[in-house]
Amino acid sequence: MAEKAKKLKLSTKSNLITYAMLLVFFIVMQTLISTDSISSLLNGLLVPICTYSILAVSLNLVVGILGDLSLGHAGFMCVGAYASAFFSVTFADAIPQDWLRFLLALLLGGIVAAFFGLIIGIPVLRLKGDYLAIVTLAFGEIIKNIVNLLYVGIDSKGLHVSLESSQALGLEADGKMIIKGALGITGTPKDSTFLIGFILLLITVVVSLNLINSRTGRAVMAIRDNRIAAESIGINVTKYKLIVFMISAFFAGIAGVLYAHNLSSLTATSKNFGYNMSITILVFVVLGGIGSTRGSIIAAVILTALPEYLRSLNDYRMLIYSIVLILLMLANNNERLNVFKEKISITNFLRNRKKGNTLDKEAKS
Amino acid sequence: MDFLSYLVSGISLGSIYALIALGYTMVYGIAKMLNFAHGDIIMVGGYVIFTMCTTWGLPTPAGIIGAIIICTVLGVVIERVAYKPLRKATSLAVLITAIGVSYFLQNAALLIFGSGTKSFTSVVTIPAIHLFDGALVISGETIVTIIVSVIIMIVLSLFINKTKPGRAMLAVSEDRGAAQLMGVNVNGTITLTFAIGSALAAIAGALLCSAYPALSSTTGAMPGIKAFVAAVFGGIGSIPGAMIGGILLGVIENLSKGYISTQLSDTIVFCVLIIVLLVKPTGLFGKKIDEKV
Repeated sequence: MAEKAKKLKLSTKSNLITYAMLLVFFIVMQTLISTDSISSLLNGLLVPICTYSILAVSLNLVVGILGDLSLGHAGFMCVGAYASAFFSVTFADAIPQDWLRFLLALLLGGIVAAFFGLIIGIPVLRLKGDYLAIVTLAFGEIIKNIVNLLYVGIDSKGLHVSLESSQALGLEADGKMIIKGALGITGTPKDSTFLIGFILLLITVVVSLNLINSRTGRAVMAIRDNRIAAESIGINVTKYKLIVFMISAFFAGIAGVLYAHNLSSLTATSKNFGYNMSITILVFVVLGGIGSTRGSIIAAVILTALPEYLRSLNDYRMLIYSIVLILLMLANNNERLNVFKEKISITNFLRNRKKGNTLDKEAKS
Repeated sequence: MDFLSYLVSGISLGSIYALIALGYTMVYGIAKMLNFAHGDIIMVGGYVIFTMCTTWGLPTPAGIIGAIIICTVLGVVIERVAYKPLRKATSLAVLITAIGVSYFLQNAALLIFGSGTKSFTSVVTIPAIHLFDGALVISGETIVTIIVSVIIMIVLSLFINKTKPGRAMLAVSEDRGAAQLMGVNVNGTITLTFAIGSALAAIAGALLCSAYPALSSTTGAMPGIKAFVAAVFGGIGSIPGAMIGGILLGVIENLSKGYISTQLSDTIVFCVLIIVLLVKPTGLFGKKIDEKV
């Protein structure tokens, strides 16, 4: 076994650690649930933790692998959440099987978000750096604003859509309002469970890691490192950028579905789908280490749980959160600390063991 | 007449955006970072004036001067503590730190002043002007905002183009390494930039809270984002770009509020930004950077 393990590629080993970490997390949580020793706080956090981890992993594809700063990730989540909640509420009676309806809702949410990723990606990906960041921010805000003005109802004559008010829909007597402007969608079935959330997270991680280590992933990273050089060896920059952007949007949409089906009423505020949420997801990715899928998940889990566990500190918790954020960024960029981190890094440990050089002994001792 | 009234209040709102955008664009030009905490300096300025004038009963000019001093010191302290250690870090790391500072300021204000919205007493005492037999009313706040902004922009342009520290700022934003070789004190120049930007934010805070007198810990957030949009709109790093971008943004926002829909005005502003950037990817006055292979 030991011989075989040594032959594995470094990236494979690193991926296996990520999967093992996820499995351990799942088993621990599942044991806690089945033995009924889980606190209600943690139980309520399980689905959000999965949601934010999926968001962090998907944004990591754009920020870490594609190297473009996107500040509108919550917009895709919003699209996925609304599309799927609309679907679930509309077909609540037509499709009585919960699992089938939720599966279709997941697919729909993901596909609609990916479609938005495509139509937003085509213009946005022409831009660079901070300009790209501000345009993604703008798109995110536009999506949130429009969703807040959206009134959709359904009656025997079909679908009615308005951007003004519920009266403007002109519904028949048998009509049913589904999206009520700023009041959002109410009565979404609560289909999200930890098991489903975890499976979705696992799928996201598998797709993401395989994408990174594939031909496509290498092409994308070549574009990130030097666009002109990548272009000159025949890599289709626009195509690869769009692929990554769409996959990322797809999973953000999936996370949105999970989010929407965890709450009974869905509204779009700046806290859940606006610029603040996009920033929160970006913080997960940056603190976890840009480009590191494992780091994104760890950061998402810790930073989702931390403010909740600090709840006893009331007003001080967000202050502490912000100070922790600043200190972590300062520590992350401190040269002495970075040298120390190199020594204890798992990836370096694996690499050095392979080479069997002197650093290895230091790391072991 | 409606059009003129929307236009004038749009220019006034736009002047405030321009003052905030100047802070963004100068810091970006020199330190190459997006200072997301800039919007929250406005909020701090508002609270300082509120505390000094309403709570302690000091005269208005004292409140404004106090706000300018406190915001300037705050800007310099933030730069020293949070941004200076990250000079060599990636721009994303600096961005996240700036967001951390922004959260810190908002939550500190929330703790000190509570979550309730404070009603701000206007710092402007001159009466409104009635033109065309009262068909067009221009409020005192609008007049003062426009006059103050024009004066600040002229003084700032003269400062940057004519004085030694101003030209040092231009040199650092052009090429930091070369400027250092020519004997420019780069760190001092960056500190000066933060000080000027924060002082402008304090003035913008006083004007903004006078025009829209509801003060809370998130007062600065949305104007901050709008000003950031204005800075990008005009070409980030360009000082005339920030001024014109800010004013255009305010006018577009107010006209769309007046003629199309109040709720859609933000959407329209963002749409215009996207269209401008698609046609001119570096903003209206942004420098085109040629790529070297």
